[in-house]
Amino acid sequence: MLSQLRTIWTILKHTFSRNETVQYPEEMPYLAPRYRGRIILTRDPDGEERCVACNLCAVACPVDCIALQKTETDGGRWYPEFFRINFSRCIMCGMCEEACPTYAIQLTPDFELCEYDRPNMVYEKEHLLIDGPGKYPDYSFWHVAGKAITGKDKGTAENEKPPVQVRSLLP
Amino acid sequence: MTTINIDGSDYEVAAGENLLKAALSHHQDLPYFCWHPSLGSVGACRQCAVVQYQNPEDTRGRLVMACMTPVVDGMRVSVKAPNAVGFRAGVIEWLMENHPHDCPVCEEGGECHLQDMTVMTGHTSRRYRGQKRTFENQYLGPFLNHEMNRCITCYRCVRYYRDYAGGTDLQALGSRDRMYFGRFEDGVLDNIFAGNLVEVCPTGVFTDKPFSRTYTRKWDLQSAPSVCQGCSAGCNIFASERYGKLKRVHNRYHKDINGYFLCDRGRFGSSFVNSDLRLRQAGVRIEADLFQQVSIEAATQHLRDLADSGDVVGIGSPRASLEDNFALMSLVGEANFSCGMNDVEAAMMDQIFDLYAKTPDAVATITALERADVTLVFGDDPMNAAPRVALAIRQAARNVHFDMAVQAGVPTWQDAGVRGHAQHALSPLYIATPLPTGLDDVARQTSHAAPADLAVLGLQIADQIASPPSDDAEGFVANIARDLLAAQHPTCVCGTASAEPAVMQAFAAIITALIKAGRKPQMLCTSAEVNSFGVRRFAGLSLQGALDRMQQGSNAMVLQNDLYRREIPAMVSAALAGAGRVLVLDSFETATANAADIVLPVTTYAEHTGTVVNCEGRAQRAYQVFEAEGQDIQPAWRWLSDFEHIDDVLHACAALPAFEGLEAVSPEAGYRTATNSRVPRATHRFSGRTAATAHVSVHEPKTSVDTDTPFSFSMEGENTGQAGALIPYVWSPGWNSNQSLFKFQQEVGGSLTGGEPGVRLGFAPSKSSADGSASSRTKPATGEVNLIPHPQTFGSDELSSLVGAIVERCAPPTLWLNPDDARALGLSSRDGATWPDAKTTYLVQLSDQVTPGNALASVGVGTGQSVLPRDAVTLIKDSAFTPPPDLIARG
Ligand code: SF4
Ligand code: SF4
Ligand code: SF4
Ligand code: SF4
Ligand code: FES
Repeated sequence: MLSQLRTIWTILKHTFSRNETVQYPEEMPYLAPRYRGRIILTRDPDGEERCVACNLCAVACPVDCIALQKTETDGGRWYPEFFRINFSRCIMCGMCEEACPTYAIQLTPDFELCEYDRPNMVYEKEHLLIDGPGKYPDYSFWHVAGKAITGKDKGTAENEKPPVQVRSLLP
Repeated sequence: MTTINIDGSDYEVAAGENLLKAALSHHQDLPYFCWHPSLGSVGACRQCAVVQYQNPEDTRGRLVMACMTPVVDGMRVSVKAPNAVGFRAGVIEWLMENHPHDCPVCEEGGECHLQDMTVMTGHTSRRYRGQKRTFENQYLGPFLNHEMNRCITCYRCVRYYRDYAGGTDLQALGSRDRMYFGRFEDGVLDNIFAGNLVEVCPTGVFTDKPFSRTYTRKWDLQSAPSVCQGCSAGCNIFASERYGKLKRVHNRYHKDINGYFLCDRGRFGSSFVNSDLRLRQAGVRIEADLFQQVSIEAATQHLRDLADSGDVVGIGSPRASLEDNFALMSLVGEANFSCGMNDVEAAMMDQIFDLYAKTPDAVATITALERADVTLVFGDDPMNAAPRVALAIRQAARNVHFDMAVQAGVPTWQDAGVRGHAQHALSPLYIATPLPTGLDDVARQTSHAAPADLAVLGLQIADQIASPPSDDAEGFVANIARDLLAAQHPTCVCGTASAEPAVMQAFAAIITALIKAGRKPQMLCTSAEVNSFGVRRFAGLSLQGALDRMQQGSNAMVLQNDLYRREIPAMVSAALAGAGRVLVLDSFETATANAADIVLPVTTYAEHTGTVVNCEGRAQRAYQVFEAEGQDIQPAWRWLSDFEHIDDVLHACAALPAFEGLEAVSPEAGYRTATNSRVPRATHRFSGRTAATAHVSVHEPKTSVDTDTPFSFSMEGENTGQAGALIPYVWSPGWNSNQSLFKFQQEVGGSLTGGEPGVRLGFAPSKSSADGSASSRTKPATGEVNLIPHPQTFGSDELSSLVGAIVERCAPPTLWLNPDDARALGLSSRDGATWPDAKTTYLVQLSDQVTPGNALASVGVGTGQSVLPRDAVTLIKDSAFTPPPDLIARG
């Protein structure tokens, strides 16, 4: 009896407290930059595609909703020929972002992914790729990697010595 | 057997072994780099350190390199001792000091032995803050990428390439921390086994170039155990697919065949499956050059009508599986079936069958050739005919090293010691072929002559074996006879490539003479195609007989066979023109398919399951890797018969006397592992399942159920503990690279845990009585030459020649002439020469090894059609010819 009265009292008290319901979509909630919503592919500071088609995101994805195929530019840069995310399967876990060694794949605070037709939830590279670097504005994988590409010869990446003179006999 | 104690447990190991191999044979996780089961130990990388204790009281022990330490009875070692663990972690840390930040863009990533060992030793972040050393890369040809920054200086590449495969153009260059593994200058790696560097190099320095172009991580590949279609050796391969394309081929260990290595024709030529020339629809000719697509039902009706017509010949094929050939034979009847080889080749196959049937114990396995103490290579060049066999013969030339090592008390696995002690000593290897071979550098003596002359030489050898030469008799024949008689494992290898039955006759005489002399010879005969040794077991018409009947108006069904490659083109055209209706079942658009009335598309080895028989008489199953794209494509046996399952076809075929024992070839569709699971084609990390086809339909398709094999088309199942024939890929926890193979072996370099794949069939004497004791070739008149076909490693094989990288590696059509003949004909080196009905102009090469009056013409790519041996051909100089640039130029 006492507990029932206490329950009624608690509920009644709520009549005077502040309303928690947000009038979405007129009123948008605050989402931190690190909120895990719709996925994007970003570009490096030079404006080139960051993704090197390494497949780490795809293998990390617990629902296997990322599929891609590696290809290569004439200059030696690896990039995905196609990159597909099936958002109707994605659980926004962020594993892909966690796995990505180039910061190419990032989750954004946009969670508004509603469609009447499931096929519209399948995003190709042209839907995913944005024009900027996203969360890590300065990082460029190719400036760190040892593989040469057009515009970055051997020995010119960060922390690299110039290429060895194999014919040198100096001790 | 010796007992050793590792970390408190006793293990039985083979006496005299090194500790690393012994530990790995007990499936211990002990890191290593430079040791390789086929290359032995050199102790270069210092990664395999363990602690060895002096006696039971010793608690400190000392660090030793496991790969350099022989096992002794009662020895006590520890893999887990803290100072061993720390030492190994330190070694990795040094190795990684200069290692590039490349894994995401490295083709080795995900199957990298260096990654595995780094994780195993626990090295996670680079503490060294210095700058990284870098190297320039080289262009190495169409097969291999070079990325020297990733090298860890283990020396495996040069030890394999130079010491094992006999290459000369890859070396360890430079000094101290500038060690460079490459060529003197950019250029195509010359050795035809260079592709094995992909698997031998524990890092991503040498990677598969064609695979890299449309790269897929190992974990994303769908794979099945398969058999290389490149020649009659029947090497075992892992064939792997992704997105409907055959992506790459890796070596699948077989103790008796290919061991750890493949040849480049097999490794890079197996992707003919993806050819643009694939047939994907059934078609019926409605006009001279117009086919109309028809449904499966309509096409099947056409096939039935033809079968019921009462007058139909069936032409099978040595590149089609036993099941497919059997289905055709059953449909048309034995009397109307031809195995599809030309009559010369068929006659030589019959001679081989007779010889094998007479001396079944003498038929060697391919790896048994490695144990030969005296070898005779007779008649044709195995480097071209069945390259993997040549690699085995090369190892035989080294056997004397091991004998010398044993005498000197050096363990045979102590590679540097064995080589240093033996220096340039070589076991006797004699070569008698039409042209110099890739094995001549390790031969004691060679003799190069036209096939007809080789036959005479062979009979002389046989005579000398029967009446042994005196000890001081000199000369090629006497030396061979004497050495073969003195040998413990006298070994002789022949093949059908010379297209000269007299050669095979002489070879048989040599073997027979050796047996009569009380010796126990080993022998092996190779042929050109993957299933020559299978299809020749079906009796029936000769190809000539089949073509004659076609010319007289019979209907015909041709199974996976381009007749223009078999016989003289004019004869084939006449047969096709005269025939009633011609139905061709093939995977590719061939000249024969283009001349057919009905064309039915069939699957390739990667898209169906099929059985083939190799040159040792071993039947093996190549399992389906993936489902063919195109609704109309089905295996030929499905088109041709009413059998429901492949196993039913196999059983029916096995009922024929020639195929006794065939059922044992491999487990049937109902096979399940100990946990009652299927074996998965995909790895357990296979990615993208819910996205790969989402652009077509967002509803994931139901996984196909494989009713023909014990494999699943998914990651479901268990890739452990199964029969040896059913390993789709190797992987073991912590071992993502191909080095994980040892977890599937009973002992390193020994049998597979699940037993050896395949079954060796017996041989029965052929029904034909081929008599080729004397060559039927006539001496050419002046101004004429006899044409001899000369197959090449790259380009002569029909299927691999559909692959771009192989074509890139092909030499131009070449004609080898004796300088005297050339002078008489007014030809000089690098001129162009042709003959009246030749399809192209050949580049002239002069060699005094060519018997006067003969010309050897390369077969295959660029030559239009294959050349059959022909007498008395008049060569014409093509003055408009410009010789092509040298192949070894920078690409
Ligand atoms: S957020 Fe999670 S579920 Fe979605 S794509 Fe990334 S890894 Fe896959
Ligand atoms: S992990 Fe990053 S770089 Fe690798 S494929 Fe995915 S998005 Fe591209
Ligand atoms: S060799 Fe191995 S460790 Fe080195 S970059 Fe390639 S995958 Fe990574
Ligand atoms: S290239 Fe590869 S095999 Fe050769 S030394 Fe370097 S890491 Fe070893
Ligand atoms: S494997 Fe023993 S030192 Fe390299």
